[in-house]
Amino acid sequence: MSLAEPPTRAGDKPLLDLLSDFIVELRRAGLPVSLTENLDAMEAVTHVPIEDREAFKYALGATLVKNHAHWKAFEVVFEVYFSLRGPEYEVIREGDDVAPADEDAEFAPGQGQQPQGGGGGMQALTPEQLAEMLFKALMNGDAAMLAALARQAVTRYAGMEPGRPVGGTYYLYRTLRNLELDEMLDNLMEASRDEAPEDLTPLEERLERDEFADRIEQLKREIEAEIRRRLVADRGVDAMAKTLRKPLPEDVDFMHASREELANLRKAIYPLTRKLAVRLARKRRHGRKGPLDFRSTMRHSLSYGGVPAEPKFRFPRPAKPEIMVVADISGSVAAFARFTLHLVYAISSQFSKVRSFVFIDGLDEVTRFFEGVEDIGEAVHRVNTEADVVWVDGHSDYGHALGVFWERFNRDISPKTTVLVLGDARNNYHASQSWILKEVQHRARKVYWLNPEPRAYWDTGDSIVGEYGTHCDGVYEVRNLRQLETFVEKLV
Amino acid sequence: MSNPVAPANEPRFADVPGVRESLADANYLADEGIAGIVYLADRLGKPILVEGPAGTGKTELAKSVAAITGARLIRLQCYEGLDESKALYEWNYKKQLLRIQAEGDDAWSEIEEDLFSEEFLLTRPLLEAIRAEEPVVLLVDEVDRVEVETEALLLEILSEYQVSIPELGTVAANQVPLVFLTSNATRELSEALKRRCLYLYIDYPDLERERQIVEAKVEGINENLADQVARIVRSIRQLDLKKHPSVSETLDWARTLVLLGIDKVDAETATETVNILLKYRTDIDKAVKEFADNPDDLTAGD
Repeated sequence: MSLAEPPTRAGDKPLLDLLSDFIVELRRAGLPVSLTENLDAMEAVTHVPIEDREAFKYALGATLVKNHAHWKAFEVVFEVYFSLRGPEYEVIREGDDVAPADEDAEFAPGQGQQPQGGGGGMQALTPEQLAEMLFKALMNGDAAMLAALARQAVTRYAGMEPGRPVGGTYYLYRTLRNLELDEMLDNLMEASRDEAPEDLTPLEERLERDEFADRIEQLKREIEAEIRRRLVADRGVDAMAKTLRKPLPEDVDFMHASREELANLRKAIYPLTRKLAVRLARKRRHGRKGPLDFRSTMRHSLSYGGVPAEPKFRFPRPAKPEIMVVADISGSVAAFARFTLHLVYAISSQFSKVRSFVFIDGLDEVTRFFEGVEDIGEAVHRVNTEADVVWVDGHSDYGHALGVFWERFNRDISPKTTVLVLGDARNNYHASQSWILKEVQHRARKVYWLNPEPRAYWDTGDSIVGEYGTHCDGVYEVRNLRQLETFVEKLV
Repeated sequence: MSNPVAPANEPRFADVPGVRESLADANYLADEGIAGIVYLADRLGKPILVEGPAGTGKTELAKSVAAITGARLIRLQCYEGLDESKALYEWNYKKQLLRIQAEGDDAWSEIEEDLFSEEFLLTRPLLEAIRAEEPVVLLVDEVDRVEVETEALLLEILSEYQVSIPELGTVAANQVPLVFLTSNATRELSEALKRRCLYLYIDYPDLERERQIVEAKVEGINENLADQVARIVRSIRQLDLKKHPSVSETLDWARTLVLLGIDKVDAETATETVNILLKYRTDIDKAVKEFADNPDDLTAGD
């Protein structure tokens, strides 16, 4: 096997070393890369020229990433490791014809409002001219121009300082703020309305808006990639990889997810529920045989002269549990409650009945929001906005909420019921009322407590999960989708 | 290297752009990733596992590749309960019985030897693909439908390109077939299977590609309408729906519009025909609400 010659540009390491570093980093990011896959990747890259960056990326992706949910993570690592390779992706040098920018201006500190001196081409533009060009490029969807402008914008506005150990979010923010992209969309719409021969129908308007939003999104991606490239050039590959390392969607912590991560989680939950439902349905169908049917066996033994040669079994009738979900939806744990409710309702066919209650310091039954609704996401949203859960001050009070639960619904808890309590058990030093949970445990089949906090934080500060836990059949740490999935499967 | 033991083929494709062009000639518009991975699969002699939402052309890809390489397409449709005798091979039991009865006076050892010969072997798709003399493309469709245990059937054939039959020995491939496995991801496939394959995820195409697909596949459509169709579909896919419109649904919709003689989609036609794109009541309502100027009198119509 002969590996491709390491490219001379920006090549500080031979390709083989770079590749193995790359794979190590993928593993660190949580992707399961086996040895065979590693070897496959090494062989695959001998068949594609590294100069063709897209092909190179797909070759690595096809051999190393076997789960689409991991593709994003792969892309980020790839960007970091190979962003300085390939001609058009090189950090801009002086005399570069695509978008001229000189090295010293590149990391110049300052607000970047005033046009940088020197150089030709875009360097000489005033900010107004730059904005004008950007506007035109967006208007016409000129991808090459957008890329060039993105570089220029980063040079001018990001104000990057060499050596600062940052991931680039701040630079991105600074660049975007100076480009005033928020108003850009409206301005573009304005212009396209003026341009159109007649009035735009609402449909056309909507389509135009989507198109422009898409282009602006693309510009943002260009800018982000450019910042990343420069950071890698400045700080080196390993440091950047470490800064950018992010958990995979299934490992994202519910309690500390950013808004973007939450959006990704929401997307991830639908295929997850579908998979789970299929798996559970199969398990049920292929489940064990029922217990021995003594009467039937005896009856059939008559044809063998009384010898029970053919044992008969009852049809298996696995009992479907009844589920009561009692969820804390106060700020810190709201996201966790949302996902759990979503998941439980998505597989509600596996249960004979699902009832749900939400609380902060008051408690409200929310089963009605889910009845006859096809769109679970919508119902969960309504729960968060319409349920009546505030009693005094809107700070979690598990004791009072449990009190209300017991008072109003204790008759509905039967030996078939499984009760799930969701929350971090941070009670703001109110009375715990844990005797209620003990009573509930007496009546119900099982009581489980799901806690979205890391185990190390339990029973610190005002968390009293230990006290409640003594009256539960199990207390589980459920911080991410992976753990949630494991728990739900176990529940059924 | 984990190269297959079977004789190496002449490469089918010269380079990536070549794959792309010939696929385009077969009316399949591949993007960079698809063409690249098909090329790589040929060079490495590895199967491709294709995943992605339903109706994005996974099966079509295998068919088109078969068409451009001039290979025979052998297809194994997977379903729950698929077993060895349906996927690999089976002994022709009735013929064996006849053989025993027909020559009753032969020595038993002679018959026995005879019974398990190729004459009595019924080949099923996997074995057939291995034994074919001419070039073949093997398509294992919807592999996620079989149970995890049945998946193991595929492992030998995918990595070694051979099939072991206890009575006959090992049948090795005459040539390395191009293998496509498709999956709708209703369950996670086993690590062992994934490890042996190249992984290709075919997502919904971007605007430009979808427009080209519509233009290529729908007869008599003009450029404007194709562009509009692609843009509306993209906007619909951005909504939070239960099931997004697939490429095949986009094509159906475009064909309908052409048949209706519409060359410019307005809100009214869009809402009237949106049930071709979307198959759930809630999705349709949502889309209508988003795009129509006056949702009240539109929902009253049905």
